[in-house]
Amino acid sequence: MPPRTIIPVRALPVIGVILIALVVVIATNSQWGLMLFHVAGGGLWTGIDLFVGFVVGPILGRLSLPARAEFSARFMPMMAVIMPTLVVMTLASGLQVALNLGNLDVGSINHRWLMASFIVVGIMAVVALGILEPANITVLIEMRKPVPNGAVIGVLMKRFVVTAGVTGVMQVATLLIMTRVATQ
Amino acid sequence: MSAPAAHAGPGGPPNLAILTRPFPPTVPIVMASLASVLIGGIWLASFVPRKPPLGVPTVLGALGVVLLVVGLLLLTRVPWVSKTPFPVVWRWAFLAYLVIAALIWFAFFHNHTRGATLALVTVMLAVFALDVPTLIAATVARYTDTDA
Repeated sequence: MPPRTIIPVRALPVIGVILIALVVVIATNSQWGLMLFHVAGGGLWTGIDLFVGFVVGPILGRLSLPARAEFSARFMPMMAVIMPTLVVMTLASGLQVALNLGNLDVGSINHRWLMASFIVVGIMAVVALGILEPANITVLIEMRKPVPNGAVIGVLMKRFVVTAGVTGVMQVATLLIMTRVATQ
Repeated sequence: MSAPAAHAGPGGPPNLAILTRPFPPTVPIVMASLASVLIGGIWLASFVPRKPPLGVPTVLGALGVVLLVVGLLLLTRVPWVSKTPFPVVWRWAFLAYLVIAALIWFAFFHNHTRGATLALVTVMLAVFALDVPTLIAATVARYTDTDA
């Protein structure tokens, strides 16, 4: 039995609180708050992407269609709210951190590394927002129908698994860049 | 373009014709629009806190707008899209991505981005907030069985 709503509505107040806190942290330029949002958000974003791309995705790809549908009906709604929240937490606070530390200045030793990270994030955004998330939402809508079309779910789940792997690889690049930036 | 007639009713085999029926290239075109505004945004962010040259991001922003409009116009030529959940999905996704775009806009505004640069950032974020719902809703429409 799929959930009544596409996304878990009960999570929305929590996300609202997180986003309001993010605005407050940026507005007050709190170093601790900015670091908390950037490091916690970035760590979770990278970790979840790697875990989904290299652990959950391949397992999901080998499950039978009913098992895959059962798991996805509960897993994908959570991903649909968690991931965009983590991404906006990380990027909005990250821009502020980079400015405060002077890392965006052309003369900074980290400038080129940050540009590289922007490009990696840009590629991930096009893949995730153009393919992965639309596939995710479409599968959720299909599974709510009285008779879901297994062929459609199969095609879109394959797309989800492949793109999750691509974003996982891009996250390895993010880890390399960010650890380099933090240690120069 | 019309929906395929080869539909299996409830309880029958899955309707495989959905996977091969003609559909306009809205998703790749709007993905290109998204890529344009993201590249433009990266270009602008690479100059923060200095004043960036606006030629390249203006062209990329305009390209993003044109590609989005073309993608949406192509969708209007498919009559059965109106029978899909496209409008509902688009509205809710737009609400979500409007909030995200507003937060990113605030980050730029807070860092003293003003004038023509802020206007360009605003246009690019508006395109971003329209691109993502279009990508999600078009994919949903593409795989909706309108005969069911």
